[in-house]
Amino acid sequence: MNKLVKLFTIFISAITLTIASISSSFAKVEGEYIVLGSAISLTGKYSSNGVHTQNGYNMAVERINKMGGVKVGGKSYKFEIIYYDDESNPKRAAQLAERLIKQDGVHYMLGPYSSGLTKAIAPVTEKYKIPMVEANGASRSLFTKGYKYLFAVLSPANQYLEVAIDLAVEKNGGKPVKIAQAFEQDAFSQDVRLGILDAAKRTGSKIIIDDKLPKELNDMAATLAKVKATKPDVLVVSGHTKGALTAIRQISEMKVDVPMLAMTHCDAAKLSKQHGKKSEYALCASQWHKNLSYKDKFFGSGKKYDKDFKKEFGYAPPYQSAESSAALLVFKDAFERADSFDRDKVRDALKTTEMQTFYGNIKFGPGGQNVAKPMILFQVRCKGDSCENKVVAPTKWASDKFYHPIPKWSERS
Amino acid sequence: MDFLIFKAPMLMVQASLDGILLGILFALIAYGMALQWGVMNIINIAQGDLVILGGYIAYTMYLAGIHPAWGVIVSPIIMYFVGWALYKLVINKVVDRDLFISILATFGIAIVFQQLMNFIFGADVVVAQSEYGTTMLFDNSVTLPNSKIFSAFISVLYAIGLVIYMKKSRLGRAIRATAQNARAAKILGVDTEKVYAATFGINAALCGIAGALISITLTLHPYVGLPYTVRSFMIVIVAGLGNLPAVAVSGMGLGLFEEFADYILGTEFRIGAVFMLLVFILVYRRFKLSKKREYLK
Repeated sequence: MNKLVKLFTIFISAITLTIASISSSFAKVEGEYIVLGSAISLTGKYSSNGVHTQNGYNMAVERINKMGGVKVGGKSYKFEIIYYDDESNPKRAAQLAERLIKQDGVHYMLGPYSSGLTKAIAPVTEKYKIPMVEANGASRSLFTKGYKYLFAVLSPANQYLEVAIDLAVEKNGGKPVKIAQAFEQDAFSQDVRLGILDAAKRTGSKIIIDDKLPKELNDMAATLAKVKATKPDVLVVSGHTKGALTAIRQISEMKVDVPMLAMTHCDAAKLSKQHGKKSEYALCASQWHKNLSYKDKFFGSGKKYDKDFKKEFGYAPPYQSAESSAALLVFKDAFERADSFDRDKVRDALKTTEMQTFYGNIKFGPGGQNVAKPMILFQVRCKGDSCENKVVAPTKWASDKFYHPIPKWSERS
Repeated sequence: MDFLIFKAPMLMVQASLDGILLGILFALIAYGMALQWGVMNIINIAQGDLVILGGYIAYTMYLAGIHPAWGVIVSPIIMYFVGWALYKLVINKVVDRDLFISILATFGIAIVFQQLMNFIFGADVVVAQSEYGTTMLFDNSVTLPNSKIFSAFISVLYAIGLVIYMKKSRLGRAIRATAQNARAAKILGVDTEKVYAATFGINAALCGIAGALISITLTLHPYVGLPYTVRSFMIVIVAGLGNLPAVAVSGMGLGLFEEFADYILGTEFRIGAVFMLLVFILVYRRFKLSKKREYLK
């Protein structure tokens, strides 16, 4: 019996080994397919944004394949992606990245969702010299480590709300403003905070409240009571979707009057849908908005992308999907310019990327971050009970005027 | 350190009222925990997740166009059966084993619940709207959301109801008897198995009420249950088992403590302060106990 078990084990391991070695020798380009790999959060706390990311990738793969694929060496190739579920867990994500590279033989990677998971994977792709184009890790620390194989199509986190402070100063007649801020204690939100600190220094503004919100927190009444007592010119809140929803709930309940409220994650939190009119006048940082006039030949314009995405997946694309689609456009462009499947040649091509996509201009800085695309700010505006996000800054893309100051709660119906 | 609160008396009032209203809600959850801890000697790690599940029931009603406040009636009824089923499936196998086994078992239940809620309701943070408005005091300088007042009021109402039920009803007496001495109660004809199932059900029902209240006062997310477990654990540690007034007082005390820690130490230490207090209380209780033993010698 024991012998049989042993024999069986040997047999199985032999088969596994054979399969593993065969697949790795083929995997980077299998027949007419270029195989990309991605660990993505399909379960766990990031699962909704993970799915947005995956839908964005899939949408782009389908579109590029349909429109002639990727031309390398005079031959046309199609994209294919191997996905693994990282369960929103950084350790698991790093393991899966190893597995994609070592077992599945993937030579080109797409990023996961969130800064934290991207941070977990980047050292692995760097170790094996695998070029990774990521679309959902904005933390500044990703771009200061000297990674050579990491490219991000999105603007880094510290740029998210800097514009808002400039805007507040402008509205204050060019004079410095008083800032109250509350940020969650995680890599992303703290980077947003650093951006505000820079902007405050630049404009000579003063930070009068600087609260850090713990991850578990869903009550910020104390911060808001302080805001009420100290009357700042602008209140800045960033704490992912929970922070955005909690802030609006408690600001409206406690009737906190501030002339300007700037936040992140408004669209991910479906703020205008969940809180309706209570969220009106909130100013939100966003990587992308469908009304921007960027264009490319695959998706046309932002509006067209919005329409096609809705048709395919049944909901309006959040910016997480748009930037994910853009990542594949970048890969296609790089493969064609490199005209090779050599990893280092592809990496060099990525480094010299300079293109426009429906999502925005893309050009990578020395750390791998996108330096060609500004962040935009939109403001929630309501007509009756239906609320919409209107782009108000930067002026070049603005579709509506920035409403300032926010009317007092006693004057709001 | 920030002493703004001592300069502005209105902030002090605001903090105290916020703390007390929140504390009453915590006390309701803690009472459920104290009840099953006292009766069955089980520390339920899944307590917070039962709360969140109760919240999702109210949220589902809200999505269906029913006012979420009705959740305080519907949610406990559904949750009672959830609790009862949990007892029959898992807890009855660990109830007379040592504490460690039951902590492990309920920890497992917590994970399963989190994943199930994530699967069914999605990973988005959600809120239900009560549209109850706000009460303004002292010329608008202190604001109290009516939803928080409502939740404190409902919590008190249910707590009083439960006390009367425990005192007067047959099942209530059976539960108290089992808590005092399970073997003796069994010998005297109490069906302890039934009592255990009912206790677990009542605890889940209390969590359901608290969850429905949280859906209109705070936010819901499949993974935010643990802080509620920790808070109720702490309240029970301070108050002792089966002592409702003490639970209520220590609940409000914890609410106040949190609010003041937030103002003075900063928001980042709010939850940290709760854990520090927990350590301090555990050490203090140990110290007191050891003193007692010496005295008895």
